[in-house]
Amino acid sequence: MHGTPRRTTLLWAALLVATLLTWWVGEDGATGPAIVALLAVISIVKGSIIILDFMALRHAPLMWRLITLGWISLVWVLIGLAYWKGLSQ
Amino acid sequence: MRLLPFAVSPTHASLMLRDTTCPESRLVALRFPRLMGMNTRSLASPLPARHPVTEYRLAGDLAIWFFILAELLAFGVFFAAYAFTRANHIELFNAEQHALHRGAGAINTALLLTASYFVVRAVQAAERSAAAISARWLLGAIACGGGFVVVKLIEYSAAFEEGVSLSSSPFHMFYLSLTFFHFMHVILGMVILAALWQGARKGRYHPGDMNGIETGAAYWHMVDLVWLILFPLVYVIH
Repeated sequence: MHGTPRRTTLLWAALLVATLLTWWVGEDGATGPAIVALLAVISIVKGSIIILDFMALRHAPLMWRLITLGWISLVWVLIGLAYWKGLSQ
Repeated sequence: MRLLPFAVSPTHASLMLRDTTCPESRLVALRFPRLMGMNTRSLASPLPARHPVTEYRLAGDLAIWFFILAELLAFGVFFAAYAFTRANHIELFNAEQHALHRGAGAINTALLLTASYFVVRAVQAAERSAAAISARWLLGAIACGGGFVVVKLIEYSAAFEEGVSLSSSPFHMFYLSLTFFHFMHVILGMVILAALWQGARKGRYHPGDMNGIETGAAYWHMVDLVWLILFPLVYVIH
């Protein structure tokens, strides 16, 4: 149900590496639609690990995965739209 | 075909039947609330190991999941409000965001993720009846939560010294209200983890009853999940 400690440790390491990447992008000061898309993908991948593995929704009825994964995707679509709106001003 | 009642869980209105005429002791599970899911752990434990039943179930109480959905909705609206307000104040948001300490945000991300990792390890320990080990992982998670609180308070005091307030600018209003709203969730999460730690020390969580620890764990992971959007959105994207 909650996976093996080994798998969990590997996922945790991946989450920390992804965090370092996000921080580095911030320190580097890079910007633009491609960078925002990259940050969105990193956030969605990290969120999916939390949702599917840590919250164990991988083993939940499909509806719960659709709602939670749909939520994080929708939030990033809205952030992307707002970013695009800001670019055209 | 003779059917024997195998295990009945009255709280979840479920019934599992064993087909005793079948040589493989085939198991038939009847579940009523199929779409939303339910806790079938009480049914799963007496099964023979060579007949693993792939059950769909939610980890933790159904009620906490409705609560989590309400929280996700609130944070989602908050994030969208930030993003669309920013679209009208690009230069202001970029300049004031640049003054934030991204290192503190990244350290706090790592602390929350590590706390979540420790919570999963605690759940896994409880699943193999290792109560003392489970309690130790939970204590580690509480310590990480405490680290988050300390870093956040240092960040706030530095911001207040620079004259940042709810009314000093639209960016500051969002920065303070969003992070403080999340901060209060971290505090509540730590209270819940402390309750789980007490429960684990008393050996309350074991393969026969995982509901309490899974319910508390789900809340903590939600607090972590929301921060995974908050950090890039408020500290990095410009």
